[in-house]
Amino acid sequence: MTNRTSLPDTCEQAKSGRRKAKTSSLFEKQLVTGALRRSAVMLDPRSMAKNPVMFVTEAGAVLTTLIAAGNAFTGKGNLTYTVAVALILWLTVLFSNFAEALAEARGKAQTDSLKRTRRNTVARKVTNGREESVNSDELQEGDRVVVLAGEIIPGDGEIVEGAAMVDESAITGESAPVVREAGGDRSGVVGGTRVISDRIVIRISVSAGNTFLDRMIALVEGAVRQKTPNELALTVTLAGLTLAFLLVTGSLWPIGKYFGMTLPVPTLVALLVCLIPTTIGALLAAIGLAGMDRALSANVLAKSGKAVELAGDIDTLLLDKTGTITIGNRQASDYFPLPGIGLDRLARIAMEASSGDQTPEGKSIVALAEKMLAVKPSLESEGKTVPFSAQSRMSGIDFPDGRSFRKGAPDTLIRYCEKQGGTVPATLQELVNEVARKGMTPIVVADGPEPLGVVALADILKPGIADRFSRLRAMGLRIVMVTGDNPLTAAAIARDAGVDDYIAEARPEDKLQYIRKEQEQGRLIAMMGDGTNDAPALAQADIGVAMNSGTQAAKEAGNMVDLDSDPTKLIEIIEIGKQLLMTRGALTTFSIANDIAKYFAIIPAMFVLAIPGLGVLNIMRLASPESAILSSLIFNAIIIPLLIPVAIRGVRYRPMGADTMLRKNLLIYGVGGVVAPFIGIKLIDMALALTGLV
Amino acid sequence: MAPLLLLTLIVPALLSWPLGKVMAHLIEPGGTSRYGRRTSELFCRTGGDALTGEQDWKQYLVSMLVFNMMMFAFVTTVLALQQSLPLNPDGKGPLEASLIFNTAASFVTNTNLQHYSGEAAMSYFSQLAGLMWLQFVSAATGIACLAALARALGGRSSVGNFYIDLLRAAFFILLPLALLLALILIAGGVPMTFEGAAVARTLEGATQTMARGPVAAMVAIKQLGTNGGGYFGPNSTHPFENPSFYTNIVECMSIVLIPMAAVWMFGRITGRMRDASVIFSVMMILLLVKAAAAFWLESAPAAALWGLPVEAAPNLEGKELRFGAGAGALWAALTTATSNGSVNCMHDSLNPLTGLVPLAGMWINVVFGGVGVGIINLFIFIIIGVFICGMMVGRTPEYFGRKVETGEMRLALLALLVHPLLILGGTALFAATPAGAATVLNSGAHGFTEILYEFTSAAANNGSGFEGLGDNTVAWNIATGVVMLLARYIPIILPLAIAGSLASKKPVPETSGTLRTDTPLFGLIILGSVIFIGALLFLPVAVLGPLAEHLSAASH
Repeated sequence: MTNRTSLPDTCEQAKSGRRKAKTSSLFEKQLVTGALRRSAVMLDPRSMAKNPVMFVTEAGAVLTTLIAAGNAFTGKGNLTYTVAVALILWLTVLFSNFAEALAEARGKAQTDSLKRTRRNTVARKVTNGREESVNSDELQEGDRVVVLAGEIIPGDGEIVEGAAMVDESAITGESAPVVREAGGDRSGVVGGTRVISDRIVIRISVSAGNTFLDRMIALVEGAVRQKTPNELALTVTLAGLTLAFLLVTGSLWPIGKYFGMTLPVPTLVALLVCLIPTTIGALLAAIGLAGMDRALSANVLAKSGKAVELAGDIDTLLLDKTGTITIGNRQASDYFPLPGIGLDRLARIAMEASSGDQTPEGKSIVALAEKMLAVKPSLESEGKTVPFSAQSRMSGIDFPDGRSFRKGAPDTLIRYCEKQGGTVPATLQELVNEVARKGMTPIVVADGPEPLGVVALADILKPGIADRFSRLRAMGLRIVMVTGDNPLTAAAIARDAGVDDYIAEARPEDKLQYIRKEQEQGRLIAMMGDGTNDAPALAQADIGVAMNSGTQAAKEAGNMVDLDSDPTKLIEIIEIGKQLLMTRGALTTFSIANDIAKYFAIIPAMFVLAIPGLGVLNIMRLASPESAILSSLIFNAIIIPLLIPVAIRGVRYRPMGADTMLRKNLLIYGVGGVVAPFIGIKLIDMALALTGLV
Repeated sequence: MAPLLLLTLIVPALLSWPLGKVMAHLIEPGGTSRYGRRTSELFCRTGGDALTGEQDWKQYLVSMLVFNMMMFAFVTTVLALQQSLPLNPDGKGPLEASLIFNTAASFVTNTNLQHYSGEAAMSYFSQLAGLMWLQFVSAATGIACLAALARALGGRSSVGNFYIDLLRAAFFILLPLALLLALILIAGGVPMTFEGAAVARTLEGATQTMARGPVAAMVAIKQLGTNGGGYFGPNSTHPFENPSFYTNIVECMSIVLIPMAAVWMFGRITGRMRDASVIFSVMMILLLVKAAAAFWLESAPAAALWGLPVEAAPNLEGKELRFGAGAGALWAALTTATSNGSVNCMHDSLNPLTGLVPLAGMWINVVFGGVGVGIINLFIFIIIGVFICGMMVGRTPEYFGRKVETGEMRLALLALLVHPLLILGGTALFAATPAGAATVLNSGAHGFTEILYEFTSAAANNGSGFEGLGDNTVAWNIATGVVMLLARYIPIILPLAIAGSLASKKPVPETSGTLRTDTPLFGLIILGSVIFIGALLFLPVAVLGPLAEHLSAASH
């Protein structure tokens, strides 16, 4: 399937596959059958050993099965009951495996479409100026390949020559093609995407099999999944609790001897399994996998599960103003000429000076001038344009006759004028400040050494952004706006958007410095970036999200890549991280809270024969001792699949303060966890009594 | 009488505030009086730098263990040689080896479980230089370790110097208070003499020997330092240890005074008084519930009297009538809330459900608890509560601005396991074998409770006896001796290790997204953790012991 004609189809397939994975219901038939098969394979004790809670459950199941076999052989003991206990125990283990397998399968469904984009293509490798055809999986780091319009990009890399429209829908799901070009911050391309126009030369940056996609797929599929720090701490906690309950139930057998009772081992195993936190133990792996899966659904590739989890701890968010806080690009909204300068002259010079500036801002200056000037002026063509750059922070045009027009940031332009020998009137600074105070960006226009006036670029806040920020602040996040604007403009926009702090006239090194300063105070920082000069800051930040459109350096430096290159994605990532931890906490609380009801069911059932007075404790009025124990055990097993949706989708999350959130979750999962099993066990007991088996 | 009993809770609660301030002032370097400075200087000159330099938590623990081992060896020697040592007017003979081990372990661990009767077995020298000395330094060890924990949680990498802390706690805090209390007790009629037993001729012409001795000195520190080891076998039921209704109230208040003040000391050293208030409130609520439950349950007559015309009376079996049934129940609640272990009534004779109150107190062992170590015990529950509930706010759990991670949880769970392991493991072993089953004086559930209580008391470093148990056997002496030692030092070492590990982390600034630990909501979480964990670990044995006894009596 490597011929070019079939390409559009597979792309479509891949895309629809991803969409389907995103919207599919939790228990889709295909996923479930696969997961069921896998849950049986996972019964291997070697794979169970990494989960102490379920390992103990499996050991209990084996023990009970052996006793059942013994009972069948000798004809002694209550065979039906022992077999029932053994069956439910095996079911408990299988449910746990199923939860993990299902979460894995969902991750696989997501990655399958990604994998499809990775499949072999023929690459035109360039060696010493000669093209030769090689298989894409033979490409090595540093190889150069040519990709023509209509072809698939054979591997991750950076454009070293040319520019092209690239269809990245296979990985992002976004149908509009994007521009990728050599040099600058949009040079990165991902293997599996398709070039629509033009010809580019790519330097392959990662050897086949080790691409970003490969790593992500391995991560989501659980192949290289390591336990995250919090997951590890929780596993230790659960193992400790399991040991404690092993002690509690283990001591009951000799104590029973004192009372002249020989407690049946299956009953003790049943009590043990009911008490140890099987619910969270069974769902823990699924929660982690689902967190990675949710990140992937948001089109974020994380380099490790640890990064996703860490996102929940973020204290400070560094957000770029443009595209995140304000809509896209600034638009020229007004001209403010200095006293004695005509509006027409200012507009005309500004237009000329912007002719070399292909940024949307530059274009908007030209557009505004065209609108304002009655006669559409014709641009003088013999001038040599001085393009805008982040370092010079100005653009302009030089004519052969010595005239030169400039427009740019006030401080650089003022310095420029002074260097040219011009005088800068005090009114210019006032004008600049006045514009800035209104929250607009002042751009100074100069004709040679003579400043003419100011063009105001207006920013438009994204609708609802202030509201969103106030909710983030309620969660304890500090939001810092990063902008190239001057401090006055930045302050005005910061005020309107409701951010906590801003970095004005920011250069990449300012970001790095700010991050270091915050980290010294113990804060965790998240930021997003795309350019090569963002790389140090991305590496320094605790969560560095690189845009997929960004350079390879940026992508390597960050610990996540956003396929959509959407600057607001940071907020979503933080929510995924928080939800991950909350789900773990909530299900742990629920699991432990359940134990009270199980005690009330099992303890009277265990001892009522020896100590008849204990019948009073059977407050649920369960039908018989056997039915009480089996009902608790069935509830304990059945709650696992019932909670799979919570584990995989995560507990409901809305941004709010820690106290409110804790109160709400304690009420639902703590108090609910105490009450629910009383009802559940009673219902199961009634059903068992109806069947007449116990 | 009930209001007067309530007063015995309110007065120490009020006094604890200023005392906590004074204690923090005395134990913190540079905060001592002139008398304190001079004594410290003298100590430094004799001890040299090795004994007085700043220590990290590991060095601190090593010093603590070395000092306690030395004390153990010293008192073992004193007890073993008491027949040839001075201050033995009544000519007390040698002690049995396993009893010496048990007694030395018992007093060095602040437990004061007594498998002997002081008036019959101990010389004055053993009582004073051996046992009373340990009552001071074991309590001081607890206060010192709490100060170290508080310093580590406050973020200091150096947690002070154990020897200096011990000196300050023993001589500046405990000694003046004990002196004051002893004087009050002497005024109340408690004897203080080095003369031998008094011999009297009764009206009937019989000869009666009345044991006496330096009683007031020992009773004072036994009450204040959550020791509980009485001068006489019957402890504070004995008229020479606790002569009247009024000495009873004073002794009762002394049980909780320092444990309460220790909470405020913790708050002041960590600089988190709001957190201390939450902890104090949680402990106070638990104490009130315990005291009220004991008082109410004991106001019912004993089961043997049910249905008889005298039924209206409260349970007076095993009570000192000069104190009354209510005072006995209250003391039982207080002495097992803290790890004191002195008694003023027979716990064996409490109604079965009342008997559950002291047991539950020792199972959780955090209701003010032993001097210093009560809060150290609660710290484990707090860490576990913080970890599980902290996740529910969507962040890696933090305590006092430090992240709680795998290392801390591993230690916390180990610390949590020690208590049930010693109690349930010990009980199971002794209940199933003649070592325990043959020593109980009652059969069935009550006998089981007698075994359970003995291990609980040893593991909680409480020292009160349920009695009804022939416990001066080699098996009991060795088993409870080992339990007391393990239950004392592991739950000090592990929490201090956790605090040390937290202190080495970078502090995280608190935001509105942080789980706050100084709110009523967090108080509820601590309360929930304590009750839940306590209940889950000990519910089965509670059902088999006291509850089964009560229900069996009720069903007859």
